[in-house]
Amino acid sequence: MAKPNEVSDATWQDSVLDADKPVLVDFWAPWCGPCRMVAPIVEELADEYDGKVEFRKLNTDDNPNTAIKYGIRSIPTLLVFKGGEPVGSIIGFRPKSDLKKRLDAALE
Amino acid sequence: MEEYEVVIIGAGPAGLAAGLYAARGRRRTLLIEKHITGGQIALTSAIENYPGIGEINGFDLGQAMQQQAERAGMETVYTAVSEIVPADDGFILRTEEGDYAAKAVIVTAGAAYNHLNIPDEERLTGFGVSYCGTCDAAFFKDQEVAVVGGGDAALDEGLFVARYASKVTVIHRRDTLRASAILQERAFANPTMAFRWNTVVTSIDGESQVESLRLQDLETKEESDFPVGGVFIFIGQTPSTAFLEGLVDLDEAGHILVNEWMETSKPGIFAAGDIRSNSARQVVSAAGDGATAAIRADHYITDHYS
Repeated sequence: MAKPNEVSDATWQDSVLDADKPVLVDFWAPWCGPCRMVAPIVEELADEYDGKVEFRKLNTDDNPNTAIKYGIRSIPTLLVFKGGEPVGSIIGFRPKSDLKKRLDAALE
Repeated sequence: MEEYEVVIIGAGPAGLAAGLYAARGRRRTLLIEKHITGGQIALTSAIENYPGIGEINGFDLGQAMQQQAERAGMETVYTAVSEIVPADDGFILRTEEGDYAAKAVIVTAGAAYNHLNIPDEERLTGFGVSYCGTCDAAFFKDQEVAVVGGGDAALDEGLFVARYASKVTVIHRRDTLRASAILQERAFANPTMAFRWNTVVTSIDGESQVESLRLQDLETKEESDFPVGGVFIFIGQTPSTAFLEGLVDLDEAGHILVNEWMETSKPGIFAAGDIRSNSARQVVSAAGDGATAAIRADHYITDHYS
């Protein structure tokens, strides 16, 4: 089963920007209730998009530099990257069907 | 089509309590939630007025209520109900995930936080405009921010944001607060909190992030710019009753009219919590409403279907 790997400020370049496939990054923090609702849905998506999209999660408490760089002011935020560039963002908790629609749109 | 005896719409405290009572009554019970378990309390940092529980994070309380109801047999589906259609033997609920049949429906869809509906509010949501202090406060460390509103939510969230921000200015259109006395005491005693009375926000400015608010003093009519890194908006709520149009009687503000048994004008449909008329809008009263509605729905099913 594909599970989102933790990414950090240090591994960001390698793991996200230089990835061959599109990458979805889940920006979260332990104190954020809605983030805990999003996490299991992102895990399901990681399974469903296995081979097509890489899934990562970034703890914004431990990795403030990356969060600041991308102007994250609200979590959960999901950012989709293609070729090192952000091509889609989903801010706040959304149901799974909505997340899939927005992810598919970002991948086109 | 999946058939249930009791279908509950909305997983806030009213719906979760209704689900617990209906499931313990051995009714086949479904809870439908369009967004997040707990409803408004999922975004509340600390609930200190639920009897018997000293202090609990709202998200955790919602999760605990859901787990308790599911252990009793309640099922949960995450989708939005678009319509309730009366049928020969109950109701059909239409959702994106398909139709569900119910003998009795308990509407606990609650209320949604109002937006200011001013220029650039939507564009900057998530970029300094926030409706959840608990979620976003940490991103405003050592910055000056504003909170708009004067009720419990505004002060509770403002006090939470004040743990991170260097200054929190509460902007309120009146000269007194509506919030409970204990929250007012805390807010006035907190050196990080400041107040702008008789003032409204007319626009939110900033290129890619919030940079300032345009304020108007309601007494002098003077306008001014107020630089902030973020603005948290808590200006009341609107009941989520759009999908019930024409089915049950509503009050002028759109709340569902109920009697003391939480019965609406339509037999078989009950309403509980913030969505009903004259609700005290508290976690404990919502949970009480939910229990009442479930008990009455149980009687209704017995009377009509056995």
